[in-house]
Parts: sequence; C-alpha cells; structure tokens
Amino acid sequence: MSITITVPRDAVALGLGANRVARALFAGAERRGLDVTIVRTGSRGMLWLEPMIEVATPEGRIAYGPVTPADVDALLDAGLVEGGAHPLRLGDPEKIPYLARQHRLTFQRCGVVDPVSVADYRAHGGYRGLEAALKLDAAGIVAEVRESGLRGRGGAGFPAGIKWNTVMLAQSHQKYVVCNADEGDSGTFADRMMMEGDPFNLIEGMTIAGIATGATRGYIYLRSEYPQAFATLKEAIANGVKAGVLGADVLGSGKAFHLEVRLGAGAYICGEETSLLESLEGRRGIVRAKPPIPALKGFLGQPTLVNNVMTFTAVPYILEHGAKAYAEYGMGRSLGTLAIQLAGNIKRGGLIEYAFGITLREIIEDFGGGTQSGRPVRAVQVGGPLGAYFPDHLLDTPLDYEAMAANKGLVGHGGIVVFDDTVDMAKQARFAFEFCAVESCGKCTPCRIGATRGVETMDKVIAGIRPTENLAVVADLCDVMTDGSLCAMGGLTPMPVMSAITHFPEDFQQRGPMSVAAE
Amino acid sequence: MPNEPWSEPRAAGIIAEHVHLEGATLPILHALQETFGYVDEGAVPLIADALNLSRAEVHGCITFYHDFRRAPAGRHQLKLCRAEACQAMGSDALHTQILARLGVDWHGTTADGEVTVEPVYCLGLCANGPGALVNDEPLARLTADSLEAALTEKMS
Repeated sequence: MSITITVPRDAVALGLGANRVARALFAGAERRGLDVTIVRTGSRGMLWLEPMIEVATPEGRIAYGPVTPADVDALLDAGLVEGGAHPLRLGDPEKIPYLARQHRLTFQRCGVVDPVSVADYRAHGGYRGLEAALKLDAAGIVAEVRESGLRGRGGAGFPAGIKWNTVMLAQSHQKYVVCNADEGDSGTFADRMMMEGDPFNLIEGMTIAGIATGATRGYIYLRSEYPQAFATLKEAIANGVKAGVLGADVLGSGKAFHLEVRLGAGAYICGEETSLLESLEGRRGIVRAKPPIPALKGFLGQPTLVNNVMTFTAVPYILEHGAKAYAEYGMGRSLGTLAIQLAGNIKRGGLIEYAFGITLREIIEDFGGGTQSGRPVRAVQVGGPLGAYFPDHLLDTPLDYEAMAANKGLVGHGGIVVFDDTVDMAKQARFAFEFCAVESCGKCTPCRIGATRGVETMDKVIAGIRPTENLAVVADLCDVMTDGSLCAMGGLTPMPVMSAITHFPEDFQQRGPMSVAAE
Repeated sequence: MPNEPWSEPRAAGIIAEHVHLEGATLPILHALQETFGYVDEGAVPLIADALNLSRAEVHGCITFYHDFRRAPAGRHQLKLCRAEACQAMGSDALHTQILARLGVDWHGTTADGEVTVEPVYCLGLCANGPGALVNDEPLARLTADSLEAALTEKMS
C-alpha cells in the first residue's frame, strides 16, 4: 500500500526549499523501491519548522521538520515511511504545544487537507456549514452570523451580521459578494495561508454569504504579491465548479453562486473597501466618499457585501456548530477567535488562532519564545503599518478591539511584528510617513501632502535639527491627518508615528551632528 | 518564459479575450504585461476603444498601479520586501548590500539586462523574513548569498 507523505506548498515552505525537498523525497523513495505518494498541502502555521513534512502511519500522522533536501536520504534511511526515529522527528504535529494550545476553528483543516480537492475538504467536515445554511431561510442565516458576534476581521471590526442584513434587505436584480484578499499589512499572512492551504473554506463562506444576501456572483480581489494563492484559488474554483459546489446549482439547491478571482496590481490602498471596488471595476484605486455605503451601492453600483478572508472563513464553522458555540470564545464585545500572526524578529513565528483576550506578552513569550536574534524585545507593532508600536510595559494588553483602542492601538488584521533593542524608533516613525506617501491614493490633501511633509520633518528630527520644535510640527500634522483624512490610510498613519514618539522619546532627541549647534 | 515583442494585432487579440469581463481593465493589463513584459503605449487606444473608455482613463489606470510597467524590463523580476517585519530582520542593510552587488538602484535593471529590482511592501513571508520574490518564486530568510544562488539558477 502506498504511503502518503505531505509536503507543504505554502509560500513560506516554498521559500525555504519545500519543492526541492519534495523532489528529493520522490527520487529517494524511488531509489529505495518505496511506494510513496507525495501530497502538497498548506502549512500548519508553525513557520519556524518549515518545511515540515508529515507521514501518514497507522498510529496517525508523524511530522518532521525543518527538513532540507540534504536531510532526505538520512530520513528515509531512518525509516521515515514508518515514522522512524530521527533528530528532526517532531511526533504527532497536533500534540506540539504551539498547536495544541490553540483554538483552531477557522484553521482546523489548513496544512491537513489537499487544498484543491473537494473530496478531501468534505472528508474533513467541509460543506457541513453550507448544508446547514441551506436548511435555513436567508434571515435565519443572517441571524446566526449576527448572534455569533462575528466582527469584520479586516481591521475595522464592524459587526458582520449588520452588514449581511443590509445587503440581504437591499433590492436589486444583481447583488455581489466581494472578498477583500488584499492582505497588504506587513506582519500578516493569515489570508495567504488560508487561500493556499484551505481555499474551500473561503469558497464555502462566500457561498453561504451569497445565499444569505441573494448575491449570485462573487469576486475574490487578491493582491498580486501572492502568486501561489492565485494559482491555488483558480484551481480550487475550477474543481468546485466541476464538483457542483459552485455554479448554477450549488449542492443541488437550485441556487446559483458564480465565483471569480481577480488580481490587484500592487496598491496597498486597494485593501480599503471602496478603493478595492474602484479597482475591481477597472479604475484607479481612489477611495470613494461614504455614503453611499457599498452594502447599498458597491460594485458597479449594486448592493455588495465586502468582507475580509478571515470574516468569510469564520462562517462555515458558525453555521455548522451554531452561533453560540462560536460566541463562547472571546471576551466582551470581541467574540470568537482571532488569527494572530506572529512575525518579525521572533524565534517561533507563525499562525496562532486563539480566542480574543490573550495578551501580547503571552503570544510573544509563550508562543514566540522571544526574539530570533536573542536580544531583548524593545518594540512591538500590532495591526500592520497603521498600527501602534507598543513598549514592554504595554505588553500585558489583551488582544481585544476595545482594550487595544483604550491603549491607542488597534487589533487590525491581527499581525504582530516584534523588534529587538537595535531598532531605531525615529526611523520607524519616518517609515510610517514614507509608506503613506508611497501608497496614498492622492484623493485627500491631509494624506497626500501630509505624508510627504511628515517624511521631511522627521528627516530634520533625525538630523538633530531643532527636534523639540519639529516634533511639535509632527504632532500637529498628525492631528490634521487623523481628523481630516478620508480613509484609514491617512487617518491612521499618525498611530505608529505618535506611538513611537510617545513610548520611545529617547530615540527622537539629541540626534545627528547638528543637535548641539541647533539647540 | 521570454516575453514576446510588442505586436498590435496580438494585443488586440488579448483584449478581445477579456472584453466580456465585468471590470475588464486590470485583467487586460495583467495579460498584456504577462505577454509582452510591459504595457506598450500603443495598447492604450486599443483598450480605450474596446472598453468604451477615454484614453486618459486607461492611462490613469496604468500609471496608478505599481505593478504595471510602461517600458520593457530585465529578463527576471526581483522583488525585495521593504516592510516592517522584514526591517525587524535587518532588511535595510541587506538591501544596501544586494543593490551594491547587482550594481543597481531601486527600479533599476542590471547592466546585462538580466534582473530588474523592485521594492515591495509585504509578501506575507513575515515570520521568516527577510522575504523576496524572484519572478513568482518566494525566498524566505533571504541573505545576499542565497539570493545570488537563486538568481544564478534562474539564469543558467
């Protein structure tokens, strides 16, 4: 009987040589006359162990990692196919504390299943959410989503049930479901991992959304920086159409849902939903003024439900297990689980799906094991390039929308980027302005001009030119950008800037050769 | 796969294949760039005619997005991530070293026409930075040497 070995095709695993490992395994098994089938999966999310391969044994799956092509012969000689002993043997992957401690509701299948196989998805519990949804009427599905407490996972945290209800009640001959897969925040990769590892979870979530809102067409707007996810999604959608889970008659229900994936073109601003819709329509990704809200007047002027990948992929679980089961996780008004992405200078980076309420320190120390460099943690940026930099004394803040806001930060898309004590916070503050200047859509003045003035003023601070006066200019500029920008790009750029100035003032004073003369 | 030289009839054919799509502009521009390696000025009136847009609208769209090039580039595309998670792993110093080795600045093409270097902001390799893409292949835990090995493999 053929022995199945899974090798991830997740972008991180590929970036660390997974294709070469797969080729070495194939060749090594052939030389030894072993009957081995190699299945390419997504990643489990323990990214410091990639490429992590798994062998299906009678006792369950046994993992090995991180595997390089040079390890393969020794692994096969050590009896890899029977789960034999070797220094890289990790045992049952689900018993590794990093994974065992998590609350894997949304990511339960990622790294386990063949991402493009409908049959494998169903064998692991897939499409039970849609089957449950098809037994309800539209209002019943929306009620489940509302009662689960699910909030938009893209960053804004808007209650999903309210948005779904608005689109459901809107009258039109054609409504749309659009998935925002323009995951541009540095430090985030949950959407990418899901699309590469379990795309049918997204497809199922969007199909449920289509049926609930009466939208028969859907688009996934994917950033072009994710070529692997693009290929996997296209393959999964084609297989879904063949299997009858997408198309004119979804699961024999008589209801239609047509899905297409579209590529962005390298514009961060297209992660803002109105800019995304402009881009999807074929124009410059310029932010639209709201109202009208996209739920009433979105893609091509029609009612459109726009949600993030992580919002849609929470839905199959909610429909299968019920709103209450999901809402049992989390705290306060942040219910369910959050896909936390631990990144930057970190020993054990990866995907941590956990109930809201876990603290930053637990994530960085217990899961992450400190910095990769071994130096002390100095600053932690939470929620992407528009999120705040936190110093050590704020690391006991729980990840919860309200608690983060109370500390002038945000949850964003759940990305956590760790910096050690070599970081220069004035440079990070300058970069926040620079990024905004590069990526601003240019529609509103505070963002378009403010970002450039911010870079210039920070350059003066860094050169040691009248730092106190120039920092007052930066603070004033940040007030204007916060209050006067049309969207979160200009409106939140002040967050990393001001948090850096507030929490790390020592990095902004007495700099450069001119400081003495200027003072 | 090497790029085809610019051809108006070929471009018109590509446009015709996509014209039925809702919001066809970006899919057309991506397809043109994939075929020719860039979007030729000559494509602008063709797209405008096919989609009933003004030439200004098409030009505006091409110039808005970082991805679209208006002139041919090197045979291989190198995208280096400049965002925060890679900065935390020392990407700034690494990029200075890489650009010096290749003898180019950002957006530049090496003298032999092999490699064009573009900055990108996040490739989703943030837990294993610094990250890069060579053509469409990801590279994690990037060093100047691992990049050189990957580029040599591409060019051989």
